[in-house]
Amino acid sequence: MLEKLSAFAITSLARMLTGARSLWLGCAPVATQRIYFANHSSHGDFVLLWASLPPELRARTRPVAGADYWQKSALRRYIINKVFNGVLIDRERSDPEANPLQPMLDALETGDSLIIFPEGTRNLEDGLLPFKGGLYRLGLARPDVELVPVWIANLNRVMPKGRALPLPLLCSVSFGTPLAIAESESKETFLGRAREALLALEPDGQPDVETPVHPVATTPEQPAEHV
Amino acid sequence: MDNNTLLLFAGIGALLALASLIGFILKRRSGGAENLVVDNLIARINAWWVMVAILGVAFWLGHVAVIVLFYLVSFYALREFLTLTPTRRSDYPALAAAFYLVLPLQYLLIGISWYGMFSIFIPVYVFLLLPILASLGGDTTRFLERASKVQWGLMIAVFCVSHVPALLTLDIVGYEGRNLLLIAWLVMVVQLSDVLQYVCGKLAGKTKIAPRLSPSKTVEGFVGGVALATGVGALLFWITPFSFWQAAGIALLVNLLGFFGGLVMSAIKRDRGVKDWGHMIEGHGGMLDRLDSVCFAAPIFFHVVRYYWA
Repeated sequence: MLEKLSAFAITSLARMLTGARSLWLGCAPVATQRIYFANHSSHGDFVLLWASLPPELRARTRPVAGADYWQKSALRRYIINKVFNGVLIDRERSDPEANPLQPMLDALETGDSLIIFPEGTRNLEDGLLPFKGGLYRLGLARPDVELVPVWIANLNRVMPKGRALPLPLLCSVSFGTPLAIAESESKETFLGRAREALLALEPDGQPDVETPVHPVATTPEQPAEHV
Repeated sequence: MDNNTLLLFAGIGALLALASLIGFILKRRSGGAENLVVDNLIARINAWWVMVAILGVAFWLGHVAVIVLFYLVSFYALREFLTLTPTRRSDYPALAAAFYLVLPLQYLLIGISWYGMFSIFIPVYVFLLLPILASLGGDTTRFLERASKVQWGLMIAVFCVSHVPALLTLDIVGYEGRNLLLIAWLVMVVQLSDVLQYVCGKLAGKTKIAPRLSPSKTVEGFVGGVALATGVGALLFWITPFSFWQAAGIALLVNLLGFFGGLVMSAIKRDRGVKDWGHMIEGHGGMLDRLDSVCFAAPIFFHVVRYYWA
């Protein structure tokens, strides 16, 4: 009961603060088993993605998060375990023998969908960091599960790193066309393709100051001809 | 609400009912087939019902409710503006001040009718405060551009919009207790001008007026819309402190300002590569899409009325 209430409060707050718009561009919000893979620039990313799903999908979709961060305090443990029903993974590889993907595979086994951030860490710059290999290995192990790219736009401006008070700017969450690993496709090729598919979802209308709309010429002027 | 207000809202209701009926007939004539123009028209009319209802409830509740309503309007407009104008991480203090300090303070100043302060708070004090906050971040990249963007957003979405409820602060001899009607007149004339420009443009529009800024604006739409809305503004002189011809002149002034406001805001949208400011009003786009003309008309209208009548 309290869990449901907390979930409702957190998702409502996230939606109100960001005016969250879900754009289902490449697939429909249906109860297919999926791995949503998204860009990661803010601690609020999985909350907003989770809140952008219809309630019936939300109940069967579990965010994947780092155990090191979420097991630090009782409140964090409560939120990630009870409210979000998160899948915690050991990023520090405390047991080198264990398969770090095992908790995710177990969750997929029960029919649940996952939210993952293949960059592995928060990216404070534009664009995307190179992807970690987990997405590829999950896709190989479970070819029946759809791999859906999701671009979360503007949330890094709403919750900039190190600021307590969020800004009420508008965010959008774009869901792209599901990908599948092609026959004998290499890890590098697939991860590159997945990264491109995710980047393609970035809205054109909101480039950051860092990437000017009209690229500044970087080539030096032609040297003047010797007279 | 007094009789004039009720009469006015009844009139708007009748107009909207007529519009809905036309939309229904157009839809039936197209045989239920997909027709984007008709569907958009119906979505726009439905949104008008909602907007008129919200304004009506605020009028019924009184002055405080109207001020709170425009506070919210400013909030949504500012949010759309700052979402589309890129800023850097070091602009956080200026942005936080815009949302959490400047916006509430401006409406508080209007609420306590402190004309000497609300008329210069953003153009003077905030104008100086924002670049100070931005400079404390130590980031010089495109400094002037970034400082200007936040200032511009506050001027348009907060300062200009707040001059609509600021009409409540004016003491007009012989017009006591009826200032809400001044708001109704302004909003109605300017919005009607937008609607009639759209209708005239769709029916008779041929010559594009500013193809690079706004492909839907035509000379025929502009002339027809402004002329008709000015006529309606003049005919409604009895709800204002103006005479018939004064009402006609002021209606023409606010309609022209509204038209150019639409052009300016379109230019910003084109530069940012978007068609609409937002998505909160079905069929219309964002709050700023609906409000661009009012933004430009409200402060001038306020000062004309204040100078000659209050």
